[in-house]
Amino acid sequence: MTSVLYDVPGPRARRRALIASIITGIALAGALAWVIVTLTGEGLFDADRWDVFRDPVVWGALGGALLVTLQVAAIASVLAVLLGSVFALLRLSRLKVVRVPTTVVLEFLRGMPVLLMMFFILIMFATSQYWAVVMGLALYNGAIIGEALRAGIVALPKGQREAGLALGMTPLLTRLLVEFPQAFRAMTPIIVAQLVVLLKDSSLGYIVGLEELVRRQRTLAEFYGFSQYGFSFFVITLFAFLIVNLVLSMLARRLASRDPAGRASRRAARKTTGENADTTAIASIRTRRSEAQPPVAPPSDHGGGDGGN
Amino acid sequence: MQFLIESGDVLLEGFLSTLRMLALTVLLAVPLGILLAAMRISPVPTLRWVSAGFTELLRNTPLTLVFFLLVFVLPRLGVIVDFQISAIAALTLYTAPFYAEAIRSGINSVPSGQAEAARSLGLTFGQTASLVIIPQAIRTVVPPLINVTIALTKNTSVAGGFLVFELFASSRRLANNYADETIAIFLVVAACYLAITIPLGRLADQLEKKVAVLR
Repeated sequence: MTSVLYDVPGPRARRRALIASIITGIALAGALAWVIVTLTGEGLFDADRWDVFRDPVVWGALGGALLVTLQVAAIASVLAVLLGSVFALLRLSRLKVVRVPTTVVLEFLRGMPVLLMMFFILIMFATSQYWAVVMGLALYNGAIIGEALRAGIVALPKGQREAGLALGMTPLLTRLLVEFPQAFRAMTPIIVAQLVVLLKDSSLGYIVGLEELVRRQRTLAEFYGFSQYGFSFFVITLFAFLIVNLVLSMLARRLASRDPAGRASRRAARKTTGENADTTAIASIRTRRSEAQPPVAPPSDHGGGDGGN
Repeated sequence: MQFLIESGDVLLEGFLSTLRMLALTVLLAVPLGILLAAMRISPVPTLRWVSAGFTELLRNTPLTLVFFLLVFVLPRLGVIVDFQISAIAALTLYTAPFYAEAIRSGINSVPSGQAEAARSLGLTFGQTASLVIIPQAIRTVVPPLINVTIALTKNTSVAGGFLVFELFASSRRLANNYADETIAIFLVVAACYLAITIPLGRLADQLEKKVAVLR
């Protein structure tokens, strides 16, 4: 919190803050009460809107769909991290023949919506919806993670590479054994933040026709009567996503604070804005650099992770 | 490339719809983001909590679900508006917290000595914020804001899955009608998105380099 912006409040400021707090509190409570009254007026808290949830079959169906969501996200995450590592290494290759095409492919993958990718994988390769979603997510997030890892490698102090070469390691070995592990560690919070985005994006499967949580709840709501149960199913689904994502975000934060690699990654985690993994990468890189040497232009990087895409 | 000659107008219409949606969402979401960021750093605790709560809630909800709420659930509760408007509202609600976070991290990037100097000169919170911090923060904030806008551009495609006709929806229609030209359609539509996102990315890079030299 940037408390330096204002003094430690004195009695008058405290009173004013309290009054403002109370006013917003009242306004908020009023708005909340209005929502609740309206919803009750529509009969949304009546027992007959929620009685389907007494049926374990409904929970089983929802749970199964949640499992599909998690499974898609898990497989895509593993693939995305692997792809990202490969992309980062290819992108930094000394050979122009490798570097230039990789750059073009990465720009292409990062610049378009995942949804478009999923849809066209589905019709061009005639795969199942499941694999279309997995591959779409893996390619898109792989490209973003690749850029983050590349930025991490570029930001390492020059001495690391020089030391590796001086010890007689080949350039490739230096990259794999000296530079890459350090970059991966420094970028872990960013990668994990991107994986949370990936999980959220798996719900795009709804549009492509994958029977994941959002689509399943809609199917169920329509089966039991959308006008009666549409709202209830929506609320349950929302909570399911919130719980899963909040737990994952917490895990990400824990991971970042446990990481012994250094302050830079912790700082990055604190600043991570979820969607914009890329931006954060740059922020953390800049702070690292300015510790060691005068600021240099940060590695070029764009694209904004995604959220929703 | 048969589809371009015969149905180029469908594509163009979709592209313009995407651009319109993007522009309107930016116009609405940026002010909302500024408001959220201002609340987040204000001395009033309730405002801080409201802003933090809203941000956490929307950042952990998939965009698809936000769309689902506005397009399918709210109409059942009597809120009936045009799908275009629902889509813009969904995108605005979803994107505003990301703008807010970008702005907030920009504000945090201003060295604390600046605020301390302003405070020691006797400037109030309002003066410190508006005359010292924000003018400096804006510089560092612009590249991340552009990055959020790039993400938003890609997110507009979700509207295509919720009854709005835009670029993604037009590509679906074309892919249906010209089954043997799917690859060409895909490349053309992807190029349309890239025509927005890549120049924006380049702009962000340029600004980033400029800022890095300044500080």
